[in-house]
Amino acid sequence: MPTTVETAAGAAEAMVLNMGPQHPSTHGVLRVALELDGETVVKAKPDIGYLHTGIEKSCEAKTYSQAITLTDRMDYLCPLSNNLSYCLAVEKLLGLEVPKRAQYVRVLLTELTRIASHLVWLGTHAIDLGAMSVFLYCFREREDILKIFEMVSGQRMMTSYFRIGGLSLEPPAGWLERVSTFVEAFPGHLAEYEALLTENRIWRIRTVGVGVISPEDAVAWGVSGPMLRAAGVAYDVRKAFPYSSYEDFDFQIATRTESDCYARYLVRLEEMRQSLAIVKQAMAKMPAEGAIRTEAPGIIPPSREKMKTEMEALIYHFKIFTEGFSPPAGEVYQRIESPRGEMCCYLASDGSPKPFRVKFRAPSFVNLQALPLLCVGRLVADVVACIGTLDIVLGEIDR
Amino acid sequence: MAEAVETQVHPVAARLAAWDPSVISRTETFRGELTITIPREQVPRVAGFLRHDPELDFDFLSDLTATDHFPSEPRFAVVYHMVSMRHRHTLRLRTWTPGMNPTVPSVTNVWPTANWHEREAFDLFGIRFEGHPDLTRILLPQDWEGHPLRKDYPTEGHR
Repeated sequence: MPTTVETAAGAAEAMVLNMGPQHPSTHGVLRVALELDGETVVKAKPDIGYLHTGIEKSCEAKTYSQAITLTDRMDYLCPLSNNLSYCLAVEKLLGLEVPKRAQYVRVLLTELTRIASHLVWLGTHAIDLGAMSVFLYCFREREDILKIFEMVSGQRMMTSYFRIGGLSLEPPAGWLERVSTFVEAFPGHLAEYEALLTENRIWRIRTVGVGVISPEDAVAWGVSGPMLRAAGVAYDVRKAFPYSSYEDFDFQIATRTESDCYARYLVRLEEMRQSLAIVKQAMAKMPAEGAIRTEAPGIIPPSREKMKTEMEALIYHFKIFTEGFSPPAGEVYQRIESPRGEMCCYLASDGSPKPFRVKFRAPSFVNLQALPLLCVGRLVADVVACIGTLDIVLGEIDR
Repeated sequence: MAEAVETQVHPVAARLAAWDPSVISRTETFRGELTITIPREQVPRVAGFLRHDPELDFDFLSDLTATDHFPSEPRFAVVYHMVSMRHRHTLRLRTWTPGMNPTVPSVTNVWPTANWHEREAFDLFGIRFEGHPDLTRILLPQDWEGHPLRKDYPTEGHR
């Protein structure tokens, strides 16, 4: 059923233009109903829900461990961040401590995810604004990161690599060399993108001064992530509420004050550099040996060896995979900084082996709500730039 | 456990109690997270105080969602998660509403971001937010029947 846009009073020749749901610049299936006066946007109304798959409802029918695979499929550009928010929430609920080595692996991989996600953003945003080659370069480097994910988890995208209490597998030998090859090469690639875009006249005309949101509005509308930091608010969950040992790492929060599309571009570029610094520190600090999963009989599956030799372990293994485990009744809220902003997992337990309620705070969902603030009064072409810098992923918005 | 040794009152709870103790129906701390339950008719007043009081200054509403406790009554809880950008403290606020004609006052005039969150809770739970400027379905089609996140709605859907 079509959503109609009420005509603004006094606009005699207003035209309603449906942008999407099948439109390359809407990055998925988003429909924006635009009311236009000539080429100027008078009203913009995003219409979402085309990808709603009921992930939160499905989680309630799965055990705590099974639900991890569903989280991959929300924000398909940063599955590891989604895994992390959910696993941390379950661990908080259970009161589990994760071994340091597993925490560092998690940090390393989620920061690589951030780089991969920002690369997709940069490539697609550039292609929206007419710069073709950046897209090809970005996807080339992203492929290197996906190969690292494939190496550790067996999957390029739907990794489900983080499990409750740690990681699913011991990372394979030689994976850190692969990471360091990437870390060595990447600053050069970043310089390449910058050379193509930062001083590019067309790029600057399309982004400077476009899509400005005031810091007060950004906070009031719940905008988070690079969008909020480009508006000058230095809020980063990694610093404000550190999780997974982020307090051990030395990095800066990238901020700008211009709050336009260009500022968001600069913030994301700087974030990639900061992520790279975190990856380097994680590699240096990571203990070479050590458990990748915490020991919690009845909750965390026992090692293969234990299962074959100890009766108790065999029973636990059977119980975990048939009925799951029962955490205490209660509720927790876990915030993490995903590439798109503050991603949260609200988890309520009634003491049964299945979650009572799982709710994901999808940063794109909240950021998209602010789209009309960015593009009203501007041209249709600017809407494309605005949607681009929101960096939305519809899979996460619709869940 | 950690919650048993928690003897001192959380500063946020203390501040709210100092302002008006009658609005707090319950205070609990679990895993270091504070939850304050308030009666639903107090939602606009308490939200306004949490937002504008300089000592609390909860300017960032992270999340607004609901839980369904079918078949017990009151059936629905509406849960608000908020952060203060200045003080970096957090709060979970909860209010209950009955299963028959569930309504909760809207907080869109305190936190504009609540707009889509309330539409989502309306869409998936059927809770009406009084005073919401545009309370329509957001994720499901406008002509959808039922509210899928209710506990009496089958996971496979109605066939």
